Amino acid sequence: MGTVMHKMMNGEIILRVEDIHKCYGDIEVLKGVSFDVRRGETKVFIGPSGTGKSTLLRCINQLTIPDSGCIWLNDEEVIYGGPRINQLRQKIGMVFQNFNLFDHLTAVANVEIALIRVKGMSKADARKKALEELKQVGLLDKANAYPAELSGGQAQRLSIARALAMDPEVILFDEPTSSLDPELTREVLEVMKRLARAGMTMLVVTHEMGFALSVANEILFMEHGTIVEKGSPSDIQTSPAFARTRMFLGTFQDD
Amino acid sequence: MIDLQFDFEILLPALYKGALVTFALILVSAPFGFLNGIGIALGRTYGNRLVSRLCQGYVLFFKGCPLLLLLFIIYFGLPSLGITFTAFTSAVIGFILCNGAYNSEYIRGGIQSVSSGQMTAALSLGMSRVQAIRSIILPQALRKSLPGLSNEFIYLIKYSSLAYMITVIEITGAGNIFAAKYFAFFEVFILIGIFYLGLVTVAGRIIAVIEKKIAIPGFGGV
Repeated sequence: MGTVMHKMMNGEIILRVEDIHKCYGDIEVLKGVSFDVRRGETKVFIGPSGTGKSTLLRCINQLTIPDSGCIWLNDEEVIYGGPRINQLRQKIGMVFQNFNLFDHLTAVANVEIALIRVKGMSKADARKKALEELKQVGLLDKANAYPAELSGGQAQRLSIARALAMDPEVILFDEPTSSLDPELTREVLEVMKRLARAGMTMLVVTHEMGFALSVANEILFMEHGTIVEKGSPSDIQTSPAFARTRMFLGTFQDD
Repeated sequence: MIDLQFDFEILLPALYKGALVTFALILVSAPFGFLNGIGIALGRTYGNRLVSRLCQGYVLFFKGCPLLLLLFIIYFGLPSLGITFTAFTSAVIGFILCNGAYNSEYIRGGIQSVSSGQMTAALSLGMSRVQAIRSIILPQALRKSLPGLSNEFIYLIKYSSLAYMITVIEITGAGNIFAAKYFAFFEVFILIGIFYLGLVTVAGRIIAVIEKKIAIPGFGGV
């Protein structure tokens, strides 16, 4: 725990989320959410379904446009329609529940395409980098396979490799294991744990409580569009202040 | 009754010239009809309200207008507005307009069949919408619309014969002139029928080869 605290105290703040509000019609999904993210930190968002966790992640890279509030990445505001939105999105990787792989491209081409089209890399350089990323997630032998030929776990590891290839400052994981069975979930969580240990800054929306308790620097419990409680895994497990979060965790342990 | 030997000796050169015109009509119209279809489909799917409505209106109009009438309007009607095209150009314009309207519907279907999550993923990697459409959406949409597009191409081959109605002497026209002169309707039109059949068969083969060449696991078909 000491090392975790150390990291949190000393890391510079690279992402700042300020008072984000978002309505869908009459329903206010986010009612003013704020937090800071330090370099190398892993924050895990938990909470009942429909409390705005995924919307919050999508607001960070402006895939969903917040009604009000600001997102800052390294002192630069992330604004939809802003002149540098595409550059900023490169620095904010995203991994989706349904993988969202490019179905017409092989595994290696899925990783390459943004390197070539967005970063303007040569095909040879992009290939080299893509193969490195595939190796990182254990998919080198699947480089020439198409998404339809991959298992769910392999597909999700590929989508992590695709995000990593852009050398992002932070990666957003939107329920990355929710469409996987337990065995495939494990192989994806393994990769995510390795990334966290290697110092990648990560924001993770998940229902995997084991992952949250063992990997997170901070767990944020969201309900009804706000962050209700937040703290380190050890605080949440012991301190009386986290009654609501523990009650929520309890519903999982009953499974 | 009929001296076939004699007929064919002078018939074939006459038809050959007509066939060249038919080829020219198809080879000019098909690529532009294809591009027109892509443009209309993109405008309708990704354009703002106005562009989308305009594209929708375009498709409605050209699907609803009989092609022959369209050719008449372009070749015989437009000159009264001071717009004059040669017969060949008029035919090609008509084919491109009509072919594009139908193509756009197949391509639009293809675009809609690509999961929206792929666009989201492309944007999250820092691609612009245009880049995402070009590198991610269209390559898949076109593959998925190929069977429909190939159908439309086959239609184009056959309705190119309507050009004759606005004085373009393509193969059907050449045949008709010859047949009337020598009173050899049966032989001439059977021969032309075989020509179209051959053309359609070859086109079908070429499309099958293309389809196989660009096939991707998980895309249905092959």
